[in-house]
Amino acid sequence: MPSDTPSDALPITVRHVTKTYGRVHALDDVSLDVKSGEFLTLLGPSGSGKTTLLMVLAGFTRPDSGSLKFGETEVIRTPPHLRDVGMTFQSYALFPHMTVAGNVGYPLRLRKVAKDEIARRVERALETVQLGGFGERRINQLSGGQRQRVAVARAIVFEPRILLMDEPLSALDKKLRDQMQIELRQLHEKLGMTTVYVTHDQREALTMSDRIAVVNKGRIMQLATPRDLYERPANRFVADFIGDSTFLPVTRQGDTISFAGQPLVHTAPAPDSAELALMIRPERIVLGGGTEGANRFDAHVSEVVYQGDSYLMYARLKDGSQIALRGAMRGAGDLPEQGANVTLTLAPEDTILIDGGEG
Amino acid sequence: MAALGMNADGLRRDERLERLRLFGLSSPALLLILVVLVIPVGWLFYVSFIGANGQFSLENYERMINRSSYRRIFFTTFQVSFLTTGLCILIGYPLAYFISQLPAKLANLCLITVLLPFWTSLLVRTYAWLVLLQKQGLVNSWGMSLGLWDEPIKMVHNMTGTLIGMVHIMLPFLILPVYGAMKAVDADFMKAAANLGASPRKAFWTVFFPLTTPGLFAGALMVFILCLGFFVTPAVLGGGKVIMVSMKIVSNIELFVNWGAASALGVVLLVATVAILWVASRFLNLDQIAGGGH
Ligand SMILES: Nc1ncnc2c1ncn2[C@@H]1O[C@H](COP(=O)(O)OP(=O)(O)O)[C@@H](O)[C@H]1O
Ligand SMILES: [Mg+2]
Repeated sequence: MPSDTPSDALPITVRHVTKTYGRVHALDDVSLDVKSGEFLTLLGPSGSGKTTLLMVLAGFTRPDSGSLKFGETEVIRTPPHLRDVGMTFQSYALFPHMTVAGNVGYPLRLRKVAKDEIARRVERALETVQLGGFGERRINQLSGGQRQRVAVARAIVFEPRILLMDEPLSALDKKLRDQMQIELRQLHEKLGMTTVYVTHDQREALTMSDRIAVVNKGRIMQLATPRDLYERPANRFVADFIGDSTFLPVTRQGDTISFAGQPLVHTAPAPDSAELALMIRPERIVLGGGTEGANRFDAHVSEVVYQGDSYLMYARLKDGSQIALRGAMRGAGDLPEQGANVTLTLAPEDTILIDGGEG
Repeated sequence: MAALGMNADGLRRDERLERLRLFGLSSPALLLILVVLVIPVGWLFYVSFIGANGQFSLENYERMINRSSYRRIFFTTFQVSFLTTGLCILIGYPLAYFISQLPAKLANLCLITVLLPFWTSLLVRTYAWLVLLQKQGLVNSWGMSLGLWDEPIKMVHNMTGTLIGMVHIMLPFLILPVYGAMKAVDADFMKAAANLGASPRKAFWTVFFPLTTPGLFAGALMVFILCLGFFVTPAVLGGGKVIMVSMKIVSNIELFVNWGAASALGVVLLVATVAILWVASRFLNLDQIAGGGH
């Protein structure tokens, strides 16, 4: 929506949506609220049902049951061409028999907008994605990044109040992807439409989203802000999927939770489950004795890898489990030798106990 | 300095050898083309300029311009070809679309059914139509017993019969390239069109149809050119009322033993075909450049 004031975005309400393909539960009783103007990302491994959910939102997949509202309007039975949502496809789906301007103007021509108005809005949409003056190019004359921008321009030119994007950057190389992440995020801030974004790349999700819904086997495992998701994962699946963590088995006795007989100090309460695990992020555990009141572990260095800005250390704890530790090189001084005995410290606020069972 | 041109001579020699070897490999094919195509066509050209008295003459070509019977034959040939092509498009495009939307297994079955005529003799199929369409044939007797019409309809030994037979025989040539073009249309294109607000009908005409026209054009061209030189079907089903160029060539040789006249007709047919192909290929190429990228 290339005007200066954000349009009124619409909230999306998904209730109990189920879709099965034979015996596969592509969507298993999914309920989800996307707030008006929010950038929400569906994150999950391949085959988890992200595309299926997006296709239900766009109207291309008919679920077995459930309800879907855009604002106050029930749209679950509305055909796709009447839903008025913008969408970009993983394949871009730019029409090869039309020019760039032909593609971007297509939704406006369908809406019978006057010719000169179309020309004006097409140029404005192209400028929004930094492709001003590219209107007469043919699609096959564009690079991957430019095609992606045209696809975005075409999806926003008719000022939809909801924008859906299915892995829009997955075909681009890393450098361009990083740049487009920032650009798409800025575009969203400028236009303010409710956006549902699909990716399997956790870093992309953490970078771009207001909130992330982690999807697995057709179910939403957790819906939270990037920070909460990273620091307070609700279950083993989310903890495992986001970041590289080590999980240590712990035991509970009354209110005391211990690892290898050593009671743990933790600020966040432990979940109420039979099986518990201690999650250790490599960058949260530190080398050295640290402050009073923290959890200390004796360890045996099995390997140290120098990585320029940081170092990665693998260490074996006394129960035999191996953990990874990442520290900044700046101020690190001499790194311990392989085989050295060291003390590792985990602060109480970084001592995260999670449900140890599989998702 | 020597390092700059290191092994240059040897590498150049290798490259020359490789080209020579490639040429050597293709020489049997080139020879075959020379023997069965270039020489006969050259001879055809030569004979077409030899008059009845054995001297060089343009009489074989003058005859075509001066005699109305020849003009009519050319008109009929183009008329039959146009009508057959048109009917093939009208029947074949929707059929190809239908097949392209079927699940893979069913689609394959349908394609085999479409291709089946290819594996049956042309002559057999043509006579089969004769049997079906004649006065006491299956179609007439069924039509009358169902009360659809009272008198036997004349469906054969005329233009109608010729067209029915030719459309049947030409249909696969149209359906195959069109089907190929339809399968090549990315399903995301149709989703994108719908998402942008196009009703199914609108999406078909603004996206699907334009993307499949190169296939349609290629198929139609193939049908048209094959029709121009067709002989068996119009000869059998036309009953002498539909005379096309190929039939005139045969009668010139068998009845009048006039090789010059026959050759001239052949040359004109060949030139017309090449001209059509040339014009069409320019459009096809243009279209590929313009619409390519997939
Ligand atoms: N049209 C379909 N027919 C059969 N199974 C499908 C179809 N679409 C998706 N699935 C199945 O549903 C599950 C979810 O697929 P999808 O939504 O594409 O996952 P994602 O986009 O997260 O990779 C997968 O197991 C997939 O095989
Ligand atoms: Mg997907």
